[in-house]
Amino acid sequence: MLRLVNVNSYYGLIHILKNVSLHVNEGETVTMLGANGAGKTTTLRTISGLQPVRGGKIFYNDQEITGANPEKLVNLGIAHVPEGRQLFRPMSVYDNLELGGYLIYKRYGKKQLKIDIDGIFALFPILKERRSQFAGTLSGGEQQMLAIAMALMSRPRLLLLDEPSMGLAPLIIKDIFQIISDLQVERKLTVLLIEQNASAALKIADRGYVIETGKIVLEKDAKGLMTNQEVKRAYLGKEQREIWE
Amino acid sequence: MEFWDKKNECMGRDEIEQVQLEKLQATLHRVYKNVRHYSKIFRQVDFMPEDLRTFSEIKALPFISRRDLSENYPYDMFAVPLREVVRLHTASINFDDPIVVGFTRNDLKNWAELMARNFSAVGIDKDDVVQIALTFGITTGPFGVKVGAETIGASVIPMSSGKLPSQLKIMRDFKTTALVSTPTLALSLIRQMDEMGIDPRDLSLKYGVFGSEPWSEATRDEIETKMHITATDTYGMTELFGPGVAWECLEKNGLHIAEDHFIPEIIDPVTLAPLPPGSEGELVLTSISKEAFPLIRFRTGDLTRIDYSPCACGRTHCRISRIFKRCDDVIVVRGMTITPDQIARVLSRVSGGETVFQIVVERSDGLDQLTLLIEISDVNFFDEMKKQRRFVEQLHRELSELVGWEVTVRLVEPGTFDSQKKVNDKRRFQ
Repeated sequence: MLRLVNVNSYYGLIHILKNVSLHVNEGETVTMLGANGAGKTTTLRTISGLQPVRGGKIFYNDQEITGANPEKLVNLGIAHVPEGRQLFRPMSVYDNLELGGYLIYKRYGKKQLKIDIDGIFALFPILKERRSQFAGTLSGGEQQMLAIAMALMSRPRLLLLDEPSMGLAPLIIKDIFQIISDLQVERKLTVLLIEQNASAALKIADRGYVIETGKIVLEKDAKGLMTNQEVKRAYLGKEQREIWE
Repeated sequence: MEFWDKKNECMGRDEIEQVQLEKLQATLHRVYKNVRHYSKIFRQVDFMPEDLRTFSEIKALPFISRRDLSENYPYDMFAVPLREVVRLHTASINFDDPIVVGFTRNDLKNWAELMARNFSAVGIDKDDVVQIALTFGITTGPFGVKVGAETIGASVIPMSSGKLPSQLKIMRDFKTTALVSTPTLALSLIRQMDEMGIDPRDLSLKYGVFGSEPWSEATRDEIETKMHITATDTYGMTELFGPGVAWECLEKNGLHIAEDHFIPEIIDPVTLAPLPPGSEGELVLTSISKEAFPLIRFRTGDLTRIDYSPCACGRTHCRISRIFKRCDDVIVVRGMTITPDQIARVLSRVSGGETVFQIVVERSDGLDQLTLLIEISDVNFFDEMKKQRRFVEQLHRELSELVGWEVTVRLVEPGTFDSQKKVNDKRRFQ
């Protein structure tokens, strides 16, 4: 569904992504692990058109989308949930959702928009309770839910999630990840997930990539990554000693 | 026909290339960082892994050969610390220039998956009883077969290379449906059945997966008609897992290489230039999923050709033709690899000087035989009969110990054979 071939990206003169190639198949949840500054967020930003690509190609459903406008990509069904939520804080939850559903409003009119918002409320009952509250006054977990909900309002087929667990309590993280894996089943979403919380991400992912200083150094199924000692040491933070055979 | 892993075995060419590129880039980054030998040879040709954009750019890199592996013995070619390695194997019977390969837990899992694909491709499934008649020892072969068969849920009987009558007894009593062995052993079993008056049709045997030595279509016909089974070929080498690199499907029209784990190339063994698909040359493999012991552009020494045309079985991975020849002097007999160097070492130890020799490989009654021809010279010709006999006997004993079965030694007059030719393989596979 999504295919990156040798993508390069720069911040000024600094070479951030060095020939990054990855793919996400339809219906898969793929995670990308890596330390701070490895290029995870940059990868997502290049996919969603927020960061210019210098060299390399990005394909979405076999159509080249390298350097396309972010608006066009939303139209094609790619939604990006940015790091740190980035809501319209002084606006109500409902208004935020309406903004997220701008595409639906334009295509199908106000009636459909309302139906879609109701659908979202069914998924996130807590947002229904808080519908008229300002987004900025929500708790961290609720804000994250709203951010995901806003992205879902554009009826995406590919969801790019940037660190949904950042700054959240462990219990809330569990909820958020439950929601992500539910969404994948219910809405047949394809998800590319970037996470610092590697163990939570690997639990719901099918496959994963490990990125180090802008280079992909490992590609494996999620189980394989969980048993990979290097990943364990660097990202799962546990030094397990097991005796095999 | 069953697929074990249809998603990966039937990927489109585009997908295969994408997966290969991703895994190759990741592997190159890892070996450059973790394996000194690779970082050295990469630097020599001024190659940075992050610059690689297509597989063809790998052609700038030098090849890896068995010599590199033995020079870096024991652990210098490992890409992970030893504590992450869960299994070690050595690749040859020869301890003069040994090779050691390691596997992490993920490597073993991948290997099991590959062998499971192999078994499913030839029709073996969880209802089958698989008898493994390969020697369980330091080489990898039987272990891969065992995990693969267990992965698909078949019942495994590890018989090792036990005596023929006991193999047959187990085969009859346990109702073995699939035999995994060398083709030579299958032929011996057929003869043994004749002697013991066993009709193969009374056995439950249905499949035979044979490998670890070259075997001809004629041998396949013989095994299939006499044993009443479907016989298929499997290919691999210890340096890359062992079996599970490439295998025949029921079309029996070439061996599918697991292209999501290995990238094949064909080169001219003399000029080392890459050859276009379809031409015969030496097979060079790059492993792209191995953690502990990744090999970049490994020269296998086997001569074959690659066929990218679609196979009737539905698998999209390319096929290599069956392997009958090697481009070096390594001889594969009865599932073992022997090099003239090994023989030369034994000779010089016994005779104490340079000796001109030739190894003759023949196949009689389906069994490979080795004969060592030695040119008479001062170092091995004695006036005393007793001394002369002792020399030949000692040589015979040491060589037989090295290879594990009786080797014939003959002293011949100078000029009897072409002294430039160390190996004379008289077996005909094609």
